[in-house]
Amino acid sequence: MSGNGMSGSGTSERRDWPLWEVFVRAKRGMSHVHAGSLHAPDAEMALRNARDVYTRRQEGVSLWVVPAFAISASSPDEKDAFFDPAADKIYRHPTFYDVPEGVDHL
Amino acid sequence: MYGNDFIAPDETPRDPAPVEEGLEEFQQIIDAAGTIEPRDVMAEGYRKTLIRQIAQHAHSEIIGMQPEANWITRAPSLRRKAILMAKVQDEAGHGLYLYAAAETLGADRGELLDALHTGRQKYSSIFNYPTVTWADMGAIGWLVDGAAIVNQVPLCRCSYGPYARAMVRVCKEESFHQRQGFESLYALSHGTETQKAMAQDAVNRWWWPSLMMFGPADDESPHTAQSMGWGIKRFSNDELRQRFVDMIVPQAEALGLTLPDPDLSWNEDRGSFDYGKIDFAELFEVIKGNGPCNKQRLAHRVKAHKDGAWVREAADAYAAKQAAQISDGTTEAVA
Repeated sequence: MSGNGMSGSGTSERRDWPLWEVFVRAKRGMSHVHAGSLHAPDAEMALRNARDVYTRRQEGVSLWVVPAFAISASSPDEKDAFFDPAADKIYRHPTFYDVPEGVDHL
Repeated sequence: MYGNDFIAPDETPRDPAPVEEGLEEFQQIIDAAGTIEPRDVMAEGYRKTLIRQIAQHAHSEIIGMQPEANWITRAPSLRRKAILMAKVQDEAGHGLYLYAAAETLGADRGELLDALHTGRQKYSSIFNYPTVTWADMGAIGWLVDGAAIVNQVPLCRCSYGPYARAMVRVCKEESFHQRQGFESLYALSHGTETQKAMAQDAVNRWWWPSLMMFGPADDESPHTAQSMGWGIKRFSNDELRQRFVDMIVPQAEALGLTLPDPDLSWNEDRGSFDYGKIDFAELFEVIKGNGPCNKQRLAHRVKAHKDGAWVREAADAYAAKQAAQISDGTTEAVA
């Protein structure tokens, strides 16, 4: 189960099938959630294998397979600079505001 | 199982992890019992230890298909056959989750399989014992998968995210494995005298190898401290082994079967069962390749891989042809 598809194995000499990240919708009304990854020669085989590996016990009603190389991810090295700007904007949360006692539904 | 990472006493222990720079955040996360994710900075020793352990675990899952596949065609009923096929299929799936987890650390699945096929990496020694009667299917499910669960449940909380998440899936599926084994043995132990004797014989043969699955005693386990320091391992070999013994003894009573250890007795002071001395010399012989089935298991694995080459090549050729036709515009992409 690859965390985010950035497996770092793309430089190997050996030519394995491409890596696909698998997303499963557990039931209607839920979004697809990352379940794991697998190797497959093409999208059709990736879907079939994902069906066999990740939904053997009715864990899903819909599957996505995404080529791992197609995923762009934020870098852990830059995560401070990338996410910090949100840290000092506490006025974006409702708890920032004072509400007089007795005022409901606000 | 099989998430154990141990060596025979006369093998050279690995060098201690070198001190590295820039690992403050890694250490902070580990100290706070947090989770390390694939692209985080991590100690090189941590990465290597995980790759080795996860690969060994993955190898064990796929080699572990063999002893049970041995009985699929001879299962005594359609029900038992369907169960056994589902279980063997699960083991293949577990192997896949684990190889994928190892790949998040920069390992290559093909190279890991090479390491297995050439004997550079090992798998759990338990699979080097033969499955000589149908009762072995029950004993493996109950004892071997039971030991696996005791070992794997704490791994669901291990510090490396992808490994922990793979273990959550594995443990969910493994509990069916243990129950079906217990049920199968129960049917035999409550059947005819011959069936009960067959069940008892299987338990007699699998008991000690199952205890050995937890690895050497703590004072003979040089890498345990480091693995616990890194949050990969949460309990020592002996702690897990004791937990297993305490879980199994009452279940054996329910089966009406005995465990082949005259020293097994309840220890009031410890609130646990005492058990007899384990012959670790046998474990180390099997690890070194001298178990009853080492050669057969590996030869079969290599043959299966070679025999499957044409399927992999055909799938590649088909994918390439489809891709070419899509880029020509002669075929629509598969929706």
